Amino acid sequence: MTIANSSRSRKAKAQLFILRVLAYLFIGILVAMCLFFFVMLLLMSSKSNSQLQGAFSLKWGGHFLENLHNAWNDASTNIPRGMVNSFIVAMSSALITTYFSALTAYGIHVYEFRFKRAIFTFIMAIMMIPAQVSAVGFIQLAYKFGLTNKLWLLILPGMAAPVVFFYMKQYLESVLPLEMVEAARIDGSSEFRIFNEVVLPIMKPAVAVQMIFSFVSSWNNYFMPSLLLTKPEKRTVPIMIAMLRSADYSKFDMGKVFMFILLAILPVMLVYAVLSKSIIKGVTSGSVKG
Amino acid sequence: MAESRRIKHRKTVSYAKWAYIFIIPFFVSYILFTLVPQLLTIYNSFFENYMNGLQQIGPNFVGLGNYKALLSPGQSGTIDILKYFGNTMALWILGAVPQFLIALMLAVIFTSARLNIKGQGLAKAIIYMPNLIMASAFSMLIFALFSKVGPINKYLVASGIIEQSFDFLTVKVSVRSLIALLNFLMWFGNTTIVLMAGIMGIDQSLFESAEIDGSNSIQVFFDITLPLLMPILSYALITSLIGGIQMFDVPQVLTNGRGTPNLTSTTVIMMLNNFLSGSKNYGRAGAVSVLLFIITGILSTIVYRMLAKQYKD
Repeated sequence: MTIANSSRSRKAKAQLFILRVLAYLFIGILVAMCLFFFVMLLLMSSKSNSQLQGAFSLKWGGHFLENLHNAWNDASTNIPRGMVNSFIVAMSSALITTYFSALTAYGIHVYEFRFKRAIFTFIMAIMMIPAQVSAVGFIQLAYKFGLTNKLWLLILPGMAAPVVFFYMKQYLESVLPLEMVEAARIDGSSEFRIFNEVVLPIMKPAVAVQMIFSFVSSWNNYFMPSLLLTKPEKRTVPIMIAMLRSADYSKFDMGKVFMFILLAILPVMLVYAVLSKSIIKGVTSGSVKG
Repeated sequence: MAESRRIKHRKTVSYAKWAYIFIIPFFVSYILFTLVPQLLTIYNSFFENYMNGLQQIGPNFVGLGNYKALLSPGQSGTIDILKYFGNTMALWILGAVPQFLIALMLAVIFTSARLNIKGQGLAKAIIYMPNLIMASAFSMLIFALFSKVGPINKYLVASGIIEQSFDFLTVKVSVRSLIALLNFLMWFGNTTIVLMAGIMGIDQSLFESAEIDGSNSIQVFFDITLPLLMPILSYALITSLIGGIQMFDVPQVLTNGRGTPNLTSTTVIMMLNNFLSGSKNYGRAGAVSVLLFIITGILSTIVYRMLAKQYKD
């Protein structure tokens, strides 16, 4: 009996060991796939154009700084200008989106008023309408009023962000005790001060996560900016990257192209390297009620 | 009693004012930048309105003319928008099938107490990373790596796998595979994390009692995990489908907006983009948007119902 038992448990142990090895292998392959393209990008951006035109090699090219210098000072693409434009748009969008979403969520969460339910249902309903549906009218109005090439036109629509609102509303429900608002009222604080000085600090984790997400989505946004920003000095990074694609490759420095791509994704990668934990946490709490 | 109720009543009224003040910016912005443009889009779809060279044509009311033109066969005998919708769906499915299968497997592996996988934090951080990459830059990278003179071709030729360099961007299967690969890489990590949260939300005692009953892992997966994960899985699937219908950046940049070969990788939004960027054909673009709105509207209603249900619980 005991012998049979122990042999069974040994068999189970061996099985578990094999399963574990397979699981690690499976994860390892997927992790390697994700890393492959970034390793290749780094490697290729270290090669000179002639190295890239020549035979394939996995050796470090040694022209990284030279490519960086060439890409940064390329007058026809003007990537520094693009990065500044992208930064202005992404940073302002992130600030505006999170602040006004939190404000709206707070307004609906703490106050009792007549259309409370109706308004909440309405915001939930418009949440999934794709941005492209309003694009035609938006572009037409922008051209009509001469507002193309105005960066603020890409920023202000962020004030109404149903998805961020929904996230903030859920967060408020889980963290904000209404007694705290009452106490602040008794202290004589105005409603605006209560929001800015009591509620907003409590919401810091939610605000931080949503700021990152809206910064990233705005930094990466290509569709609308490409239709609105026609002047070279107003272009954002994604537009510049897409334009590289239409360049004539026989005359192009490919080392520089890889460097442009690296520069385009670098800011987001740096933020991610520091904050990956809270970003990953934010992925689930936004979409699924935990 | 009556007095206190009146005071209370007055109090809520005065606070309600603040609710409106706080939500006004949201609604002003929504009306100006979303609702009005949306209504204008619908309005446009009933008008002929485009640039013919430097000459402005219209706007002239044409009723359902734009819709008719969109839904009738063109010179080549095919209905363009249906072809592009078919392309979009094919591209989505090619990426979404491996995305969901692998995410499901990963989520089960990561959450399994028996396997007890170490180093999860790092692995999750890496597989989620592509989701944050600029889609246009990622596509450009794939293009530069897979182009006819790119390093992948050089490697394949040098190692004798193929005799001469292969132009990935001229063959339907390879273009579609590259787009699917990109979409898969960008989204499977995100789906894994969402599904993991779903599995961890399942009552742990169910797994324990199944183990006592002697169920193996495959039985546990099909009898407990999968059925209880269904709401979140279908939510993730439909949101992925809505995102898939809006596919633009990847095929646009990878094929330089041409949908090579033979417009087999042109998506509906690429068609919309062509109407908007070239001839400023607001009429035709409006009709495309309205059709898109109807399709996503139906899907969104399903998602909304799910969310609303979840929200009530």
